[in-house]
Amino acid sequence: MRDSRNVLYGSLLLLPAAVLLWIFTYQPILTTLYHSFFSTAKGKRAAVFIGVDNYARMIDDPVFWQALSNNVVYALVTIPVSMALALAMALFVNGRMAGQGIVRMAYFTPTVLPMVAVANIWLFFYAPSHGPIDQFLGLFGLGHNNLLGTPNTALWALIVITIWKEAGFFMIFYLAALQQISPTLIEAARLEGATALQVFRRLTVPLIMPTTLFVMVNALIGAFRLVDHVIALTKGGPDNSTTLLLFYLYEVGFQYWDTGYAATLTVFLLVVLAVVALFQFGYLDKKVHYR
Amino acid sequence: MLFNKRSALRLTAISLSYLALSATTALAETKIDFYYPVQVGGPVTKVIDGYVEKFMAANPDIAVAPIYAGNYNDTTTKALTAAKAGTPPTVAVLLATDVFTLIDEDVIEPVGSFATSAEDKAWIDGFMPAYLKSAQTDGQLWSVPFQRSTAVLYYNKQAFKDAGLDGEKYPTTWEEMVAAGKAVTAKDANGQVTRWGVGIAGNVGSAQWLFGALSAQNSAKLVNDEGTETYLTDLKVVEALQFWVDLSTKDGIHPPGIFEWGTAPADFLAGRVAMIWHTTGNLTNLRKNATFEFGVAPFPGHPTPASVLGGGNLYIFKDASDEQKAAAFKLIKFLTSDEILADWAVQTGYVAPRDDSWKTETLKTYMVEAPQALVALEQIPDSVPEFSTHENARTTKILNDALAAALTGNKTPAEALGDAQAEIDKVLKPYR
Repeated sequence: MRDSRNVLYGSLLLLPAAVLLWIFTYQPILTTLYHSFFSTAKGKRAAVFIGVDNYARMIDDPVFWQALSNNVVYALVTIPVSMALALAMALFVNGRMAGQGIVRMAYFTPTVLPMVAVANIWLFFYAPSHGPIDQFLGLFGLGHNNLLGTPNTALWALIVITIWKEAGFFMIFYLAALQQISPTLIEAARLEGATALQVFRRLTVPLIMPTTLFVMVNALIGAFRLVDHVIALTKGGPDNSTTLLLFYLYEVGFQYWDTGYAATLTVFLLVVLAVVALFQFGYLDKKVHYR
Repeated sequence: MLFNKRSALRLTAISLSYLALSATTALAETKIDFYYPVQVGGPVTKVIDGYVEKFMAANPDIAVAPIYAGNYNDTTTKALTAAKAGTPPTVAVLLATDVFTLIDEDVIEPVGSFATSAEDKAWIDGFMPAYLKSAQTDGQLWSVPFQRSTAVLYYNKQAFKDAGLDGEKYPTTWEEMVAAGKAVTAKDANGQVTRWGVGIAGNVGSAQWLFGALSAQNSAKLVNDEGTETYLTDLKVVEALQFWVDLSTKDGIHPPGIFEWGTAPADFLAGRVAMIWHTTGNLTNLRKNATFEFGVAPFPGHPTPASVLGGGNLYIFKDASDEQKAAAFKLIKFLTSDEILADWAVQTGYVAPRDDSWKTETLKTYMVEAPQALVALEQIPDSVPEFSTHENARTTKILNDALAAALTGNKTPAEALGDAQAEIDKVLKPYR
């Protein structure tokens, strides 16, 4: 009797969250999956079932492959670099120093700024010949680069912006994690004669592992989820060199109005993210030491 | 009990009277939504609100809700999304090039079908044929020109004079433009270019527009009137792209890579580029901010001078009552009256697409103040509609990618355009 009551209460308490999750997450996922097997309705032509045609088309689509490889490069560079930078900054501002608050704030500022505003500032930074970056390169005789207008450098230009913007955000998590570490542990290690490097490797790193995992999950999702700067800076150009998966998906769905194919791309993106999440929570999670 | 009987009764009474009220207003007024984009600087929303108020004062039985919907892209997205949800705007300003997309989505009604009286037909005939053309397909007039523009050549007269050229003589052919460009291109002691001769924007969204002009100048056509066929492999088209590429690689008078539309005015104003190809919509900005004398010139030719038209038209959406559509048609006629178009041109820099507009006092006074605006008018008969096909967003993107690939040296012009043509053929096949 008592048990069933608890079940009832429990379910009722979970209901609001479950309903919201269903409406805004699972139902759309199932609808997307369903639509990905249909052609796009156009005017009087209704959508018809076409099986896996959309998926075959995706495999044949060179822009899709380019968007995917761009996204992989983008993720593989931005995630480790911004995480390493974040940790370095956190270690730096964690120590005692003058103007600590100001330095912390300075590192965090890029995160607070809206991406579209930031993109416009960077548009100026990257401007050929009169932009500060090109002028700086000019000092070494490497001037006159159109960094955003050249296929070989455009993606890297976006990567730099992302790292600059994300690192400060991740720093906050690392900083919080570092301050959680009990000073007694460090003192004990010091008494045992551990060097600073040993303290960092044997003590700090394992203790902030949960944060690292959390940050990594966030960074990975971000690498596939953030495309504001692509829209503001390059619109995927030149010649698709900065097209990321989500941007391509948006383009197909809301510029070309090819909703059937856009649904297919969405399913692909979902599968990728699901696999990544499973790996992180199923495998990495077990390797992480939680207190 | 939260409510006692009395308050419940009162509540019913209030809601009943509200219902009655809304019923009477519904009888008296036809309500229409009017979506419009803002694409140029200045207090454009206020200007539109002013026009709508004037219209409602003259037509008290119609209530227009003007809805600012972002830029052209956002407005099309919002209008199409609303249409798919069954609640489209009744009337909207959308790109002229969206016509095929809107027809394919089956969401618009041809404006021409409302113009039944002789007076209405005369009103349609009053638009410049070059602008009407972009709205005509399948023997129907689908929209009417409203905020139209064209691309012109802005040139730095001071730079011309400094290079020993005549500041009043602008280039009229490709060869003259290259010669002038070479003369005005300046380098510093290290051999770095400090001023480029000419800049033609090649970023996504601008490239296909200006390339339309380049092709027309070379007597080539990019697309047929039905929007089902493109001619990108035409030798004349390839030649036009080769010319554009050569400006930087061979002649050394054009910044390398992709020249940005957005920063072009700033580059021009700072004297970093002596000639830019840009929209007439930028005239007001340049006039306000230029610290040197500059000229506005029609585009050069090879041999025929030609420019390209751009801008937005007024569309009526299908999914509305007959009264709403009639009201929308009235609003459209009001917005495209000679006086309003003239005022709109002065306030924004758009080109009034009716000849009679240019005969109004408003525009006559403006011509005295800003004689440069006349260049746009004179160039219109030589202008071609912008690139527009079925599945326009997709084909435009393919063309843009091809142009970028050629401009950045990833492909030769012939390769890039050949690949693009093959891809576009695949996209347009179902429409042929």
